[in-house]
Amino acid sequence: MSTTGAPTTPAAAMHEAAPARPVWHVALVRPETMTLVLLIVAIIVASYLSPYFLDIGYILRSFTLSAEFALVALVLTMVIIAGEIDLSPASNMALSACLFAWAQASGIPMPIAIAIGLLAGLAMGALNAFMVIALQLPSIIVTIGTLTLYRGLAQIIAGDKSIRVPDWFIGIDKVMVLGIPVPVVIFIVAALVLGLILAGTIFGRQIYQIGTNEVAARYAGIRTRRIKLTLFLLIGLVSAVAGMMTASRLGSVRYDLGLGGELQMVLMAMLGGTYIFGGRGTILGTFLAAWLLVVVSTGMTVANLLPAIQLTVLGVLLIVAIIATNFIYSRTQR
Amino acid sequence: MLKKSLIALATGLALSTAAFAQDKIDIVFIGKNTGNPYFDSLTKGFVEACEKIACNFEFVAPATAEATSQIPFIEAQIQRGVDVIAISPNSPDALNQVFDAARAKGIIVMTVNGDITGNESHRDLTILPTDFTKVGADQVEMVGSLIGYDGEIAILSATTEAPDQNFWIKGMSEAIKDPKYAKMKLVATVYGDDQPEKSTTEMEALLSNYPDLKGVIAPTTVGVAAAAQVVQSRGIADKVKVTGLGLPSEMRDFVKDGTVEAFQLWSPYNEGWLAAHLAVDLKAGKAKNEVGSTFEVPNLGTITINEGNSINTQSSLTTFNAENIDQFDF
Repeated sequence: MSTTGAPTTPAAAMHEAAPARPVWHVALVRPETMTLVLLIVAIIVASYLSPYFLDIGYILRSFTLSAEFALVALVLTMVIIAGEIDLSPASNMALSACLFAWAQASGIPMPIAIAIGLLAGLAMGALNAFMVIALQLPSIIVTIGTLTLYRGLAQIIAGDKSIRVPDWFIGIDKVMVLGIPVPVVIFIVAALVLGLILAGTIFGRQIYQIGTNEVAARYAGIRTRRIKLTLFLLIGLVSAVAGMMTASRLGSVRYDLGLGGELQMVLMAMLGGTYIFGGRGTILGTFLAAWLLVVVSTGMTVANLLPAIQLTVLGVLLIVAIIATNFIYSRTQR
Repeated sequence: MLKKSLIALATGLALSTAAFAQDKIDIVFIGKNTGNPYFDSLTKGFVEACEKIACNFEFVAPATAEATSQIPFIEAQIQRGVDVIAISPNSPDALNQVFDAARAKGIIVMTVNGDITGNESHRDLTILPTDFTKVGADQVEMVGSLIGYDGEIAILSATTEAPDQNFWIKGMSEAIKDPKYAKMKLVATVYGDDQPEKSTTEMEALLSNYPDLKGVIAPTTVGVAAAAQVVQSRGIADKVKVTGLGLPSEMRDFVKDGTVEAFQLWSPYNEGWLAAHLAVDLKAGKAKNEVGSTFEVPNLGTITINEGNSINTQSSLTTFNAENIDQFDF
């Protein structure tokens, strides 16, 4: 805020008269703070609910069960900030994992099979991008369509059977780096890299710009189509990686791999304070929300609470998060 | 108010964990999903056994019966340090890795009421209600006798990957090749996912797509009740015969009013009863988990561990009809 006494028009003076938010306000009154507070509360409550909960090894092991979804949720956060959505990643995970497993089971060397899986993921992202960007269709409709399509194709390839992966490929979640399971390490590294890109690069700022006002962004010379294409390709690729991580964890692949995962991914982004209409949100928020979800569901499961209670608690959490996010944004972004 | 109830909840949990400290073994049964009445009867077997012998019992289940939904529950039980995990698996292979992790911790893993066919090496033993290789043939014979061995039949199953149902359906398609069933034709197999609404929709669709349909086999308790409901509300019991595997408690009204003439099942109660007794005997060293060894179970007599560490609670299916249904209360 300018403090110089240069003469201004009355309207501008009025505009400048609005008090600036104090630094603590800017730093603390944001959706991620709420997520962090909820996370701390959840850890305390879970420790009360069951004496078996507070064990870092157990929490990390439990996180590996959601790590694949959490990984995709990071990229999904960027997609949502850019004003789009992708509901197909869980189906993408299944189809790319099925293609990969089917390829290696039919004798194709492992590196090529993995490449096939990754390319499939990219291709699925490209198809979404084509329909959203070139055909100008709403991404929510497009990706509900491809959600069903990719899952259907996976079922055609795998049928009702499961496809095995070789023994050496099984158990990524049992491999530890500094005592942390590899899927969790991948998630943390991805969060750091994507967080830096989103918050610290021109590309990242442009993503926010597109989500805030796409037309303005285009007039400002931002290549909105190229950025959106990049994001859809990235989420496709990361979904394929997540699919193969799941295959390694489970030891076999079925068409129903990751079924319903898209809801968990969206839930993580929303709980982390990402604004569903775009323009706002952070990787840190989604990162915290992923832990929050794992802590909440693990805490309730190890306390043997009924699933009905678990669903209710998750529903309440989401609604609280959405109300808080909207409230905070409406107060701070006037 | 909230604080008070939270404290009450915490105290309750503290008390229940204190009970764990005794010499009793901890058994947990993980069902396919919640809201499935079949498991109420099975659970009752566990509960009543543990009132008499040295075990603590808990039942948990995920909200949905999809392939991986049981994994967090198994992880949680490993963390709780239970002695025995009994489970009706939702997938024949997605649980392999977590079963291995449980067994590495010394937990006995027994599949109950359904097995992980093809991956038997990942569990310790299985308790099946009856010889599953005969179920398919028994059911084909059942529907055949109801429709006079002539006409189109269809199958209304659970989920597309339910291992037992798929095994029985395979048995049915083998059995129907018998010349005795030459005039019968299996026209469709549909999946109601063990959800009442979806099963009803699938049953309605069968009736519209196959107007000449004579019989429906629903080898799942949810499916057979839904199919019977559709037939009852349309009043077509004389044209379409519904049979399958059902619970007497859910099917009683349909049998009484003539919607369903006969259906089959075993006693799920006995599975829980047997599993609890076996678990306690195994942990106490009174029974050995070896093929061919035997052990005694009150009310059920001498039970033998068969090939593949598999145990049957009864030798063949029980058929329920208007004459005997009132004798069963599960």
